[in-house]
Amino acid sequence: MKILTRMGDSSNVELTREELRTEFEQGSEEAAKKAKVPVLTENEVDYLVDMFAAPTRIWGAQRGNEVVMTKDGCVNALNSSRMSSGVVAPVNREVGVRLFESMLGFDSMEISHNDYSVKPQRFLKALEMLHVELLMETTIFPLLYGFMPNLGLYYRPDGSFENPSDLMPFGKIAEARATQEEAGKACLEDCIEMSDCMVEMGADGIDFDTVASTGDAEFYSVLQACDHVANETGLPVEIGMSAEMVLGFHGQLEYNGKRLAGMWPHEQLQICEEAGCAIFGPVSNTNTRKTVPWNLGKALTFVKACTEIAKIPVHPNVGMGVGGVPMFETPAVDVVTRCSAAMVEIGKADGL
Amino acid sequence: MHIAHLLASSMGGIRAAGDLVARMQLSKKMRITEAKQYVADKLHVTPLDLSDPTMMRALREELDIGVITGVPGIAKGLAAKARIAELLDIEINCVEQFKKKTGLHY
Repeated sequence: MKILTRMGDSSNVELTREELRTEFEQGSEEAAKKAKVPVLTENEVDYLVDMFAAPTRIWGAQRGNEVVMTKDGCVNALNSSRMSSGVVAPVNREVGVRLFESMLGFDSMEISHNDYSVKPQRFLKALEMLHVELLMETTIFPLLYGFMPNLGLYYRPDGSFENPSDLMPFGKIAEARATQEEAGKACLEDCIEMSDCMVEMGADGIDFDTVASTGDAEFYSVLQACDHVANETGLPVEIGMSAEMVLGFHGQLEYNGKRLAGMWPHEQLQICEEAGCAIFGPVSNTNTRKTVPWNLGKALTFVKACTEIAKIPVHPNVGMGVGGVPMFETPAVDVVTRCSAAMVEIGKADGL
Repeated sequence: MHIAHLLASSMGGIRAAGDLVARMQLSKKMRITEAKQYVADKLHVTPLDLSDPTMMRALREELDIGVITGVPGIAKGLAAKARIAELLDIEINCVEQFKKKTGLHY
């Protein structure tokens, strides 16, 4: 009998029970080989096979095992464009946040601007502060202020620093490293400025999202910013990563004597803990040419390696194109609910 | 997609006690089991009850810490958070800022 599931691009695919099992095992082996962590156990794969073989449209965590949700991208899903799976609803973010609290029953929320990078948000600092201040008075659930560090915006043509991608093809490695270090300092200043101003506005924490999207130099800036926010202002920090491995565009940057380039999720977690992080969000990127079971097996292997050693809560990213979820702007509930429940039951996530 | 995750795995925010557990994760870096147990002890319920909207709807009203539906007279916004801070024995930043601004101390 064939089991209907999906590919990483959300299209349908039919697998036999044996093929389904092999997909989970091979996805897990892929992550285990890369990060040098254990594969999923036979019992865990049994659970996943039963879950995906069930003909029900949706799946869920066992009652009592529910976890809390943190969120990135504010209410972009409501009022932004397709880039954020947004439906362009005529709703401002104050109304949107209230809807996430009451209508959707979210456990916490993040406030941010539609243009989600710290660089453009800095120019709107006063407005950002006001909206946080006002929302803090009218909501009950925890509200974090958030942004992407997005170091790429600091390089030409968007920014003033030389672009390392323009330098490296000419063998200018030292120059490429130097420009990343200088841009990283500017990014750090912006991250600190936008975080510090939210303390007096009453924010419950800061969310650094899509971290290390431009590699180790960005990760280095975020770790320094996290250290400042957590240890000098006392605000909790959530760090959500952008990819399963930190790319080594610089290659030599270290934090607390540990090289950042090439870090896998369980290593990222540990360095974030050292920087004072309160909640860590690991990522496993979805391969659209592989099945959802393959991608979920890979994601769970990375996440389990984190939750087994974590001293802080771990909230794996399970949005579009991460955590086993297909890379598609309207992912189907049959696979999203299964990825969600699997992260809790097998990944032992503290939240999502 | 949000709704899919909420149905599959979420504690339900202020429909139940997800906001309270989230606060313990943020403020004390508690992992999920410890955070649930801490909140359950403070509310004199079991960890299972914290995700139960039936149980928590009445309890939240009784504790006056904010409820999901519109009920006149029940603590809302900052007032609810001031009561939550006291109940969970934690500091909530905006409540502390409010005290500073108004000079009120309790």
